[in-house]
Amino acid sequence: MIINSRFFNRSELMGFIALAAVLFVILPLTLDVFRLNLVAKYLTYAFVAIGLVLCWGYGGILSLGQGVFFGLGGYCMAMFLKLEASSVENTKIQSTPGIPDFMDWNQITALPFFWQPFHSLTFTILAIILVPGLFALIIGTAMFKRRVGGTYFAIITQAVAAILTILIVGQQGYTGGINGMTDLRTLKGWDIRPDHAKIILYFVEVVLLFACIGIAQFIRLTKLGRILVAMREQEDRVRFSGYSVANFKIFAFCMAAIFAAIGGAMFALNVGFMSPSFVGIVPSIEMVIYTAVGGRMSIFGAIWGAILVNFAKTSLSESFPQLWLFGLGALFIAVVLAFPNGLSGLWADYVQPRIDRLFASRRAKAGWADNSVADGAPAE
Amino acid sequence: MFGDYSIGDLGSIFVMQGFAGLILFSVYVLMALGLAIIFGQMGVINMAHGEFMILGAYVTWMTSNLFQAYLPSLFSGYFFLAMILAFLASGALGMLVEWVLIRHLYKRPLDTLLATWGLSLMLQQAYRSVFGAREVGVELPQWMLGSLRVTDSIEVPINGVFVMCLTVLITIAVAYVLYMSRWGRQVRAVVQNRIMAGAVGINTEKVDRYTFGLGCGIAGVAGSAFTMIGSTGPTSGQLYIVDTFLVVVFGGAASLLGTIASAFSISQTQSTLEFFMSGSMAKVLTLLAVVGILMLRPQGLFALKVRK
Repeated sequence: MIINSRFFNRSELMGFIALAAVLFVILPLTLDVFRLNLVAKYLTYAFVAIGLVLCWGYGGILSLGQGVFFGLGGYCMAMFLKLEASSVENTKIQSTPGIPDFMDWNQITALPFFWQPFHSLTFTILAIILVPGLFALIIGTAMFKRRVGGTYFAIITQAVAAILTILIVGQQGYTGGINGMTDLRTLKGWDIRPDHAKIILYFVEVVLLFACIGIAQFIRLTKLGRILVAMREQEDRVRFSGYSVANFKIFAFCMAAIFAAIGGAMFALNVGFMSPSFVGIVPSIEMVIYTAVGGRMSIFGAIWGAILVNFAKTSLSESFPQLWLFGLGALFIAVVLAFPNGLSGLWADYVQPRIDRLFASRRAKAGWADNSVADGAPAE
Repeated sequence: MFGDYSIGDLGSIFVMQGFAGLILFSVYVLMALGLAIIFGQMGVINMAHGEFMILGAYVTWMTSNLFQAYLPSLFSGYFFLAMILAFLASGALGMLVEWVLIRHLYKRPLDTLLATWGLSLMLQQAYRSVFGAREVGVELPQWMLGSLRVTDSIEVPINGVFVMCLTVLITIAVAYVLYMSRWGRQVRAVVQNRIMAGAVGINTEKVDRYTFGLGCGIAGVAGSAFTMIGSTGPTSGQLYIVDTFLVVVFGGAASLLGTIASAFSISQTQSTLEFFMSGSMAKVLTLLAVVGILMLRPQGLFALKVRK
């Protein structure tokens, strides 16, 4: 078994340093709290994008239901925050004090049983990981054990996203309906709304993001990551070599689901609400698009894709609401037709060689390596 | 939920809701027929299929407005012309899209999904710019409005029966073209093995283009039928795309008969459940049932036996 002796190769190390510098130093120093909070919102999609790189880029499993897991994670977090915000003192004016306001509006008089455990933060954090993970395990087992894959899997995950959205919107009394869960205030008594809290939450999120990058990079470099790639290229040969293809696929899908759920939970904390408009088909496909634009084969590329596409979305839809959808649509078509490996592919094809050449020529000038001239020597 | 009704009532409810579901069934069948050709036969995941349908609906709306303004005496017959125009408009757009976009992507089916999603966003924005964001409704001619009274408690809407008959005719025509005609044989040869079909002298590019155009054209006709059950807006098509894909997958992607059977069972289940519970729960239960059955039987109801 060959494992790279280094965790990152040189270009990945540069990507890591660049991303860390931008997220930890440059953005917090240059942006005001409002914009920083927007970046925090974009970064929640970066979690989903990391999961999709593992699952789609490496494993070849296109899931159009990542919004489901993003939503499950987000709703778990939002349920905890909502319960804390609807303490008996805060909800004195309701006909039943102590339950969330939307339940009161829908004539529900007691807290439903599945809301009860969300009084505990420990349970909530476990639920953020376990609920989407188990859900993905069930879907994955049912599909991959029966060798359903490719387009069929994509369509069925999409149907699951549709079902969950309709369910959340329909069961207004239990979920807050189309408005979602709004007016989230405190986390264990700590107010999440003022500016200094937003900054702390931003840094917590960035640290979590780098933890996820580390996990994804680790998976990618072990034998597991290699099997994922092999499976994408020649599924039958991997199966005939004695590997259980289904189990590897289920694992990749569950990891992607858990990453998405962490992103969703951070979304609820940073943005202060959660609604079904982040669960359904359209947001799920948009998440795939961020990954595709950034580069489905590159963890860092996908993160940049999530940040840049969302940034473009905010700024373009503010100034040219008419043009935005045209631009977005054209972007997808261009990505698919012209550069299927996304921004990171463009970087690797056009920018990276120049940087390498720059380093190489400097080294040659310094007399480190005489034979490097041979590389560029004229053929005649 | 059944306890409050007598058996006779239940019978009437099922029949009434069944006929009420006929138009939904027709829209599903026509949408799914087009998609069964594009997705089931050609393997292209056309996420813009709903937008092709909505183009047909807008064409129908424009035709009805034109008839009202200039040919009020012929208004009762506008629907026939509207359907033909809808077929031609959506089919022409489909052929254009195939030429510009799809033909580069036959080897990458998952990427067609992303590209056609981009296309659907652009089409939605185009509809919004041209027709406005407000939903438009079509006025039906007088003879389609009433209902046939079968027994005391059962009434059948005329437009439902009419659309249903048209759907049956179109389905038979498509089946004839695909399975009996020389062109249909070429289509099936191309989708089974593009390289071999080209080697024996079939112009595969031309066949691909017309096949895609035919699928989109049928979606346009579905749009004409759609104007009878809902108002047309720029994003109306998106609501149907998941259902349609489920219909096609549920029926077994390559089988026309399966597509019809699954469209029938899905639309009737939904329509019947809607009487007993809220529309959203009916939809959730229907979709859950379909996803559940697909997990047990991934190849769909009617699967062709093929060797991979």
